[in-house]
Order: sequence, then C-alpha cells, then structure tokens
Amino acid sequence: MARKVGKISPFNITALALGMAFLYLPIVILVIYSFNASRLVTVWGGWSLRWYYEFFNDRAMLDAAWMSLRVATVSATSATLLGTLAAVGLVRGERFRGRSLFSGMLYAPLVMPEVISGLSLLLLFVALNAERGFWTVTIAHTTLTMCFVTVVVQSRLASLDRSLEEAAMDLGCDPVQAFLSVTLPLIIPAIAAGWMLAFTLSLDDVVIASFTTGPGSATLPIRIYSEVRLGVKPEINAICTMVIALIAVVIVIASLASKLSSSQGESAAPL
Amino acid sequence: MTGDSPDIDTPKTDAAAAPAGPVSPVDVAVDMPLLRIEGVSKKFGTFRAVDRLSLDIGAGEFFALLGPSGCGKTTLLRMLAGFETPDEGRILLGGRDIAPVLPHERPVNMMFQNYALFPHLSVRDNIAFGLKRAGMPRATIDSRVAEMIALVKLGGMEKRKPDQLSGGQKQRVALARSLARRPKVLLLDEPLAALDKKLRESTQLELMELQRRLGMTFIIVTHDQEEAMTVANRIGVMDAGRLEQVATPRDLYEAPATRWVAEFVGDVNLFDGEVTSHEHHRLTVATRDGGAIVVAEPRQPVTKTVVTVAIRPEKVKLSRRGPASDAANSQAINRLEGVVTDVGYLGGSTVYKVKLDSGAVVRSSMANTARMDRDAYSAGQRVVAWFTPDDCVVLER
Repeated sequence: MARKVGKISPFNITALALGMAFLYLPIVILVIYSFNASRLVTVWGGWSLRWYYEFFNDRAMLDAAWMSLRVATVSATSATLLGTLAAVGLVRGERFRGRSLFSGMLYAPLVMPEVISGLSLLLLFVALNAERGFWTVTIAHTTLTMCFVTVVVQSRLASLDRSLEEAAMDLGCDPVQAFLSVTLPLIIPAIAAGWMLAFTLSLDDVVIASFTTGPGSATLPIRIYSEVRLGVKPEINAICTMVIALIAVVIVIASLASKLSSSQGESAAPL
Repeated sequence: MTGDSPDIDTPKTDAAAAPAGPVSPVDVAVDMPLLRIEGVSKKFGTFRAVDRLSLDIGAGEFFALLGPSGCGKTTLLRMLAGFETPDEGRILLGGRDIAPVLPHERPVNMMFQNYALFPHLSVRDNIAFGLKRAGMPRATIDSRVAEMIALVKLGGMEKRKPDQLSGGQKQRVALARSLARRPKVLLLDEPLAALDKKLRESTQLELMELQRRLGMTFIIVTHDQEEAMTVANRIGVMDAGRLEQVATPRDLYEAPATRWVAEFVGDVNLFDGEVTSHEHHRLTVATRDGGAIVVAEPRQPVTKTVVTVAIRPEKVKLSRRGPASDAANSQAINRLEGVVTDVGYLGGSTVYKVKLDSGAVVRSSMANTARMDRDAYSAGQRVVAWFTPDDCVVLER
C-alpha cells in the first residue's frame, strides 16, 4: 500500500485550493443560490425550496427537460452503437482504400465549429423537407457525439493484444464469437465511458440543438438560454443544480462499476 | 540429394527438391506422417516469408523449428494454426488437406508467445474456455480442468486472474489452456522466451516430460538453439523461408549440412580450401592460408573440390608439444602451431583463441576438469592446436 506520494508543500496546497476554487466556486454559488428564498438572484433571502417547487409546476420547463433526456438517451445509444462499429472497423478491419481519409473524416466533428455543423445539418433537413423536432435533434446529436465514442473505443481496442482474439479462435470460436466472448468484455468499460460522454455532450448542447430543433420541441439548454435572456430567475439555478446532481450520480455509478469490474476476483487473492 | 536415398550421416534436405518421402531419416518412423507440409509458400507483398517448404512430422514427435528472427518459422506455425493461408502448396494433417479448415475447426492448438491469456477470466475459466466452446457437458469440463490444473501444478490458483500470476504461472496456464482440448498437434510459439534462464531450463525439462507422457505431437518455434536441442527429438533449421537442414540435435551439431547451419548451431572453426588428395579414406584439404588439413572421408562422396572444413572448438585440443606422438597417428593428426591471443574463462570451460603461424585464428574450448589447473594456458604462450581427421566435417556449400 506504500504508494509514492508527491511532497506536500504549502505551494502545492495553495495551488490545489486555487485550482479547485476556480473550477468549483461558481457551481457552489449556483447550488447555494438555488435554495435562495428571494426573487432577486443576487440577494440572499434565506433558505427555501421554493424554486424547486416552481420548476415542478413549470410545464414548459418540464417538457424541455423531458425532451433533453429523451434526446440524450436515444442519441447517446445510437452514437455508441455506430461509434463502436466504426472503431472496430478502423482498428480490426482489413486495410481498405481510403481508410485514413475515412478515419480523418470521422474526427471532423471534433474540430468543426458547432455553428457550422448546426447550419449544415439545418440545410440538410430543410432540403430533405424533414419536419424539425425530436428526431432531427437526435440525429444531429448522434453525428456530433459518435466521433467521441469512436475515439474512446478505438484507443482501448488498439491497446488490446490481437493475439487474444486469435487465441479465442484457436480454442474454437468463430470470429464473431471471439469478438463477443473476448474483445467485447474487454472494451465494455470504454463503450460505457463513450456512452456517458455522448449523453452529457447531448444534454449540454445549445448550438446544434437550436439549429435543428423545431417549434414546440426545445431542449432544456435552449429553454434555459431563452429564459435567461429575459433575466435570470432563481428557478434556473434550481434546474441547474438538479442537472449537476444527475450528472454527478451518473459519474459516481460509472466509476464504481468500472472499479468493481476491474477488481473482480481480487478478493480471492491474498495479495 | 533427391531426398529418397537418405543417409544417416548426412541428413541433408533440399526443401524444394524433396516433395515426397520422409525428409529425414530419424529414429521416429514416418511411414504415414501425421503432418505433411508440401511445397508451402507464403508471401507478404514481394517478400517470401516461407519459400516452397516441405516437411513431414510424425505422430508423437517433439519437433523444433529453429532459426534467426525473420526466417519464417513463426509464419509457418501460424499457417499450421490457420491464422495465415499458404499462397501455394498444401498442408495435410492425417492425410487431409487443412487449407479450407478455419482455425477454430482445426484439431490443432497453439500456445502464444505472449501467452494471450484472457485477462477478464480466471485461471479456471481460461482453461475451460476451449472446452465450453466444444460443447462438453459441465461435469466433463470440471474434471478436465482439474486434470489440467494438476498437470501443470497450479492447484489453488483457479480463481486468480492472469494479472495476479507470475510469468511462470502464466506460462503454465497458457500451456494448460492449449492442452485442454487434447489437440492432435500442439504448436508452441517461443513458449519460454519470457522466462528467466533458470526457470526456462526447468520448464524445458517439464515440457519434455509432459510431451512424453501425453504422447502428443509438439511443434515448437524458437530462436534459442540450446532450447531446441534440449527439448526436441528433431530440429528443422530455417533461414530465409527455407529449411536448411532437418536432423536430430546430435546430427545437426556433429554433421551440419551447410556452412550456414554449422555457424548458426554452436560455435565453429571454418577453413576454406581445396581438396588436393584423396587416399585411404582420407582427404587432404589445402587451406587458403597455406596449411593443410587431413579429414576423414565422409560417407557421401565429396563432389566438389572447393570445400570448407568445419571443426568444433571443443574438438580442438591444445598442448605444448602436440599429442603424444604415436608414429602411426602422427601423419594423420592435424597439428597447427600458433600463439594464444585470448583466454575466455567461462567456469565450466575455457575458450582459447590461437593465432596460427599461417595467420588464421582457431578457437579451442577446453573443459576445466580440475579445480587447480596448473596446465592452463595464458596469452602469449606458444601452443600446438591439434585435432583428429574424424572430428572434421567437410562442407560443400
């Protein structure tokens, strides 16, 4: 258990404290003010759950939140499926013509300004005469987040020893069985991480969603953004606090799950 | 050298010219070989990794493919396992062409160089993996796994994951996993390369014992000649995609077929020269440095006049005056005078480098049989290096 720890000096502690404050102070303030009884955002009027109550009676906000969750779930799931397949194809597939072009193009959304991706998708949907709403946002988010999944899964796959699959085939698996029984269990943590990344990216996106959504199907970030333009209501703080809580719970569950899966069987060892 | 008139002393094989018949005459009868490789080639781009190679391996053999890295030995092994397909030629297992048989359907298992243990499965599940795939009933799997665990002495480790095992233990799990399906042929790709020297030596002995006990055919790929000599009953030496020689370890060392084999397997002194006379079963070879070496006539007649004489260092003896001169022998024994230039003490033996008066350098290896060797030679000393005609090998290529 004697792990080598960096020396703790006053400088280190100060740097750590400042860094943490920079990252988390705004969030802490937001959370505290979400419990503010006052109508004015910047004036403290005592503790209250009033704004949470307001939110749960705000039909439009609830609809937007529900919309966001649905879009995030569906788009993250399809992006994970497509992204994983792309990663498997790029890492494990035979070398094919235009492979580097293909992998380069896959990463385009990573560096493309969102305004441009949003605008081009909007033009596409208009050209196709597609009714803009849930499905157009979901498709747009899938294309945005798929490349993130691919990057995560690809790096895990590339680090896997090719001979593991060969060993599985040698021991009686056909190529599909070898993938399912050996490769898939080993890349599942990366796939899960990719899904969560896609989910939070979708939940968080304003730009692409505002290009591709239609009337009556605003996502939560769009809704919040348009409300804030009319002045920040403490209700927004309450919503944000709940989103933060949701994301924190997802992350904790994910890290616990990956810890559990990696330490499986360790209890049997005396080490 | 057409391969069908094998000779005990010179088991030379020309891979391309021996498409039929046993390639090498050895103690194992190969009437109906378990595995027959017929003119197999494998190209990667324009590079021929395996070049029209033919080889027969009999049931129950422990065969080693020995060669420097990049000689094509692993490619050949992977073709047997089914991970590579030959560009030409056939591979017959028990008389059946296995080219169309996919890896998972071949009655062949492979032990991988890096072991390729499944990191997410326990030792037990790793060993049971192939058995489950074969659709065996649970009870059979359990008993087979228990048997394998006992065989490789891994009792108590069943529940561990591969990353909780030492290198030697991993090696045992990999071995047990590849043996569990009772393959007709077990392929071992540098199985001991990752182990330290002591463990490697003890594992070599265990491998041999295991192979003898199971009566299975083992084919091992290695670049370590000592390993090949220790474990195998027959060795195929490969270079540049071709078999240079297939022989028992003893023949490989004492009767190398080519200059390349003589240099690759063990240490050797080589003298290039021309055959000048041939009488009383003795050949006299005039060496390029102006000397003459008398060698025993090999059973297969020497056809060329330009030859190389090979002599192993431990067969070159040193003395201050030359061997006790028996009048009958003195003519025949090769005596080369020179000065000791280097002394390399290796513990069990000492290697001396002797610069001959003719200019050539000869290495002599002498066993240190006495603890206090007052007769040891030192650098600068004048000595006679001598060896008998029977210890010389004449190489024609």
